[in-house]
Amino acid sequence: MEFKFEGRLKLVTQVLMAVGVVALVGGFLTDTSDHHNRWWANLLINGFFYFSMALAALFFYALQYATESGWSAVLKRWFEALWGFLPWGAAVIVVVLLAGKFHAHHLYHWMDHTLYHEYMVEHGDHVHYVDEMEEGAVLNPNFDHVIAGKKAYFSDAFFWIRTLVYIATFLLFARMFRKWSLLEDEAPSLDLHYKQYKRGAVFLVVFAVFSSTLSWDWIMSIDTHWFSTLFGWYVFSGMWVSFMIFTNVSMLWLRSQGYFKEVNESHMHDLGKWMFAISMLWSYLWLSQFLLIWYSNIPEEVTYYMSRVLGDYKVPFLAMFFVNFAVPFYVLLARDAKRNPRFVIPVAILIFIAHFVDVYLLIVPGTMFDHNQFGFFEVGMFLGFLGLFMNRTFATLAKAPLISKNHPMLQESMELHY
Amino acid sequence: MQREAAIREPLILGHKTYKDITDDVVGPIMGPAPLGWKIMITISSLIAVYGVGCILYLLGTGIGVWGLNKTVDWAWDITNFVWWVGIGHAGTLISAVLLLFRQKWRMAINRSAEAMTIFAVIMAAVFPGIHMGRIWVSYWVLPLPNQFGSLWVNFNSPLLWDVFAISTYFSVSLVFWYIGLIPDFATIRDRVTGPWQKRVYSFLSFGWSGRAKHWTRFEEVSLVLAGIATPLVFSVHSIVSMDFATSVIPGWHTTIFPPYFVSGAVFSGFAMVQTLLLIMRKGMKLENYIHVKHVEYMNIVIIVTGSIVGVAYLTELFISWYSGVEYESYAFINRASGPYSWAYWIMMSCNVISPQLYWFKKIRRSLVATFVLSIVVNIGMWFERYVIIVTSLHRDYLPSSWGEFHATSIDIGIFIGTIGIFLTLFLGFARFFPVLALNELKTILKSSGESYKNEQAK
Repeated sequence: MEFKFEGRLKLVTQVLMAVGVVALVGGFLTDTSDHHNRWWANLLINGFFYFSMALAALFFYALQYATESGWSAVLKRWFEALWGFLPWGAAVIVVVLLAGKFHAHHLYHWMDHTLYHEYMVEHGDHVHYVDEMEEGAVLNPNFDHVIAGKKAYFSDAFFWIRTLVYIATFLLFARMFRKWSLLEDEAPSLDLHYKQYKRGAVFLVVFAVFSSTLSWDWIMSIDTHWFSTLFGWYVFSGMWVSFMIFTNVSMLWLRSQGYFKEVNESHMHDLGKWMFAISMLWSYLWLSQFLLIWYSNIPEEVTYYMSRVLGDYKVPFLAMFFVNFAVPFYVLLARDAKRNPRFVIPVAILIFIAHFVDVYLLIVPGTMFDHNQFGFFEVGMFLGFLGLFMNRTFATLAKAPLISKNHPMLQESMELHY
Repeated sequence: MQREAAIREPLILGHKTYKDITDDVVGPIMGPAPLGWKIMITISSLIAVYGVGCILYLLGTGIGVWGLNKTVDWAWDITNFVWWVGIGHAGTLISAVLLLFRQKWRMAINRSAEAMTIFAVIMAAVFPGIHMGRIWVSYWVLPLPNQFGSLWVNFNSPLLWDVFAISTYFSVSLVFWYIGLIPDFATIRDRVTGPWQKRVYSFLSFGWSGRAKHWTRFEEVSLVLAGIATPLVFSVHSIVSMDFATSVIPGWHTTIFPPYFVSGAVFSGFAMVQTLLLIMRKGMKLENYIHVKHVEYMNIVIIVTGSIVGVAYLTELFISWYSGVEYESYAFINRASGPYSWAYWIMMSCNVISPQLYWFKKIRRSLVATFVLSIVVNIGMWFERYVIIVTSLHRDYLPSSWGEFHATSIDIGIFIGTIGIFLTLFLGFARFFPVLALNELKTILKSSGESYKNEQAK
């Protein structure tokens, strides 16, 4: 069966995108923050949030192959559809990083090249920065020895190579998996299946490294002095759970429209279990990072939470954790709740927003500090990107039959019953 | 019944009937003890007796008989404790987490892995117990009212959280294991003929009759216990890691510790399962139930968890540099190049490099290679704890208090002794308990048995 991307759904995505455009333009014109930091921060937040969901879909797909999972074979095309947003999300992130490089905004403190040199020589208006003491040089008041210590990691070449390698790798793997998946439809081939199995495992290895390093590069480096070894895994669990939520709700909607008839109650239950389980994983990692830093109270680490737990962000930060942990835990623990859309949908919407707030709070306290503003612009950006994300996903979904053919575990998946 | 995909390898080889499964599992219990078993239990109980002797000497003389000193005031005691607790992670992971993931292959290994878990946790509990010096007041770790002679416990201390985490984990694992054993004990009860044996096994089987009602309850309880046990698998080693990570010692305090310790624990636990099962399957002729595919699956778990541990090592190493904190950087430079660098490189090569050999299908399906590597991994995981604990302590902030740790014969004797006790317990289990979950195995015979699968494919 083919999915047709038309009618009300298409209109909804277009309206959302229009809202996004209005927010984008209106937000820029009304943004009074330094260097339009507020505007750029929200571009990064949304770009990253939605990109990471598409990326999690790629990870989950590879995971299904590498673990010889059978239940999810009927959902394969849905995972592939989510990759439609990957290039768009990547483009937004690259634009934000490029703009930072050319000092259009000041989200990344480390992009300020004056921080790295201990001395400076003034020639009239022009200032020349040097590392060694020389004739006429004075101490550089901007010099930051901690950031200067990270120079090797943040050098232009190394940083940009990393960023481009991540994106290129993800896009290539997505393209390859998609190509093989469509090829398998034409004729049964166990070779192709085993290829996916092997490349799936390879992707997991690559992803294990890149998911950590990209979150250091794009997110953790915003609080340039701060560091946490767990950070990458924490961000990873967040992207995974957001993807599970989006999948769960979309699948409920698609089934209600008569698509994906092969996806039965047991599949929906399994998706609910994933949403529940990864919510718990995320909560566990959130607590691990917070507890260890708060308990040890080492100044260079605890500053991160000082601004979040004690400052202006206290209410959203603690509420976000409470919602993301307690709501799925108490509501979705029971088997029947995971099988009942009346429980699943409200919880899903609530924690989807709360996970967005999580990403928001990864970025905003380090860029807007105590001058944050929240208004129609933030909401509009969130909705606009949601529209774009849905638009790309559903357009990709329409490009291939909803149920793949010839997957060796397809029969097993269709007969899933627990 | 859900038809299993044809490309899945069968989990029970050959043509087996329900009766064959019972015979294969119960047979060894009813027959006389084989010579090999007698030899093994003699050796391991001798080692155990030596270990108990060392423990008694320690209790009679004092903690000074260990090699601890003012700088390295925590060494083999806590290393052994963490090592054993880690090993005790595989059983419950296999029985609980893999149950939730509907992994049928777990049924061949869960029983013995859970037994191993329980024995390993007991071995772990020995170390904090004897380290207290006055073991007769060890109940002071419990939050008892002051009238009992103890002071109210310090709830701020992760060591106390450990008491709660491990005792909870132990209780739930034990109950889980026992619930699974009930129908199998009943099967043995119905088989044995000796009056005493009959009495013992009917007591152990709690009057199990095999009614549909019993089975429904059995499955419900298993699922609920799996749900309770899964977070416990995470909590135990997370809290063990917090014994270190809540401190401000460079090399101990790092946020990745909880999930990385859990992963390392599963890693070492599976390695220990491999070591024991490869011998057991041979000795008890269970090759049709625990075969190459099971070994391969376990090896895949080992490569995944080993690589997660590897990523964590590298993350720590990188962040120690990135942080710009000189104490952090030094802690890691010192690990890799200081007086304990040999331990660091043993850890790195055993834990990170050696499991990568499993990328080769030939190696991960080779029983000999698996046996060797499983021991390598367990050595590596012991050294991991040694590196974390001793290396981080031995160079204090004040160079005048730098020191080194030298293990005494009592340190070594107690550690070796716990291995002896552990093996004795496990051998006892293998002799008198149903080592495979035979009734559970019967539920997958028709869907995953080799001959039935072949018939289906026709």
